[in-house]
Amino acid sequence: MIEINNISKSFNGKAVLKGISSAFKKGETNLIIGGSGTGKSVLLKCMIGLVKPDQGNVLYDGRDFYHCDKETQQALRREMGVLFQGGALFDSKTVEENVRFPLDMLTSQSVEEKRERVAFCLQRVGLEAAAKRMPSEISGGMKKRVGIARAIVMNPKYLFCDEPNSGLDPLTSVKIDELIKEITEEYQITTIIITHDMNSVMEIGQNIMFLYQGDKLWEGVNTDIIKTDVPELKEFLFSNKLLREMEP
Amino acid sequence: MSVLGKYFIFLGTLFSKGEKLSVYWRRLMEECVGIGVSSIFIVAIVSTFIGAVSCIQTAYNLVSPIIPISTVALIVRDMSILELAPTITCIVLAGKVGSNIASELGTMRITEQVDALEVMGINSASYLVLPKVIAAMITFPMLVIFAGFLNIFGGYLAGTLTGVITERDYMNGIRDSFVPYNIFFMCVKPFVFGFLIATISSFKGYFTQGGALEVGKASTGAVTSSCISVLIADYLLAQLLL
Repeated sequence: MIEINNISKSFNGKAVLKGISSAFKKGETNLIIGGSGTGKSVLLKCMIGLVKPDQGNVLYDGRDFYHCDKETQQALRREMGVLFQGGALFDSKTVEENVRFPLDMLTSQSVEEKRERVAFCLQRVGLEAAAKRMPSEISGGMKKRVGIARAIVMNPKYLFCDEPNSGLDPLTSVKIDELIKEITEEYQITTIIITHDMNSVMEIGQNIMFLYQGDKLWEGVNTDIIKTDVPELKEFLFSNKLLREMEP
Repeated sequence: MSVLGKYFIFLGTLFSKGEKLSVYWRRLMEECVGIGVSSIFIVAIVSTFIGAVSCIQTAYNLVSPIIPISTVALIVRDMSILELAPTITCIVLAGKVGSNIASELGTMRITEQVDALEVMGINSASYLVLPKVIAAMITFPMLVIFAGFLNIFGGYLAGTLTGVITERDYMNGIRDSFVPYNIFFMCVKPFVFGFLIATISSFKGYFTQGGALEVGKASTGAVTSSCISVLIADYLLAQLLL
């Protein structure tokens, strides 16, 4: 479980996050949604330690990320898997080397153990045939899947995905969503996904938080989101003309 | 001043919390190839022609019955060892290696590859930059020694082929009044320049923010700052060591 308490962050005097608190459960896909520039990615970066919040704390199963010793922080980092928006694959390494990278850097596993683990993760995301290809030789959807394989190779307890569907066609988006949901449930990971893709919200949003101008305006499950009476959320959900006509 | 302070803090992070030695060894070998071996061709071309031009121009300016023609070779040798090989080669390398380092790290930064390393708990500055700095400090002196040899060889080729100096006079000039300390001085310079070029270019690239335009700016800034720092360091080393 991940808990965030009163997270605030400002850049050059402009408040980007205004005291956000929430709890994200284990084995669930937790979504953070909102329009562009509402602070979703900053919140994610605060959670994974890339941006230090001005105030508040982030608890990983009770362990405070920003108020613990370096060893605990390091251990927590090794329990995280992160899928970045563009995949963030290392250009100079093959798909296989990218997935093996955390094992090479952070474990003392034998070559055989690493090979088996990498093969398993690539097979899990359906990319065993692309192991020897370079990131420049694969499609955007494949890059995301390699990113997922790299994120899960260390058996993370916490998985963070920053807009996993951006730039993908609807069919590939659904496949990526299903893959993330399957992995979350199978390995009982606490997964947090940043998205503004409505398909994802409806398909895999077990717990959804809506951010608007740095504030948390709504939190709930996907079955309730349609019934919301928060004007900003309604505007976000029914921005599409067709959907507006279907509004309850 | 704040940029200078940030630069020194950045240098500090290179040496804090490193990774496994085997990782660094592999990265160092990759960088030695990337920085050193891939620069051999450009260094060879530049050095040979600079040596050739030095010989021809020195001979052109040294028309006097009281100065022996072998002095041309002596001047080419000393110019090469003291200045042309170390400084001009490193200026060329600042352009080639500096821009490469800055654009590589800048692209890694804007495509979140640096963030990916940080999230894994890896000291990204140390992992990415330290091998580059050490590789530059190892390979730059080697390239400069190679450049010095080719400077003198280029002078020999141009001098003897155009007939401005005979082979015998050139060889005599090369051996005349040789000061071995100058070789030490020649090797110290690229060691310092390599450190400056690699760290400044890495600093520019590592802190790139934005997109492709900013990567280009970081690359240009890296070359400009590296060249200026090389020239300042060149002057200071000459004052200190000669």
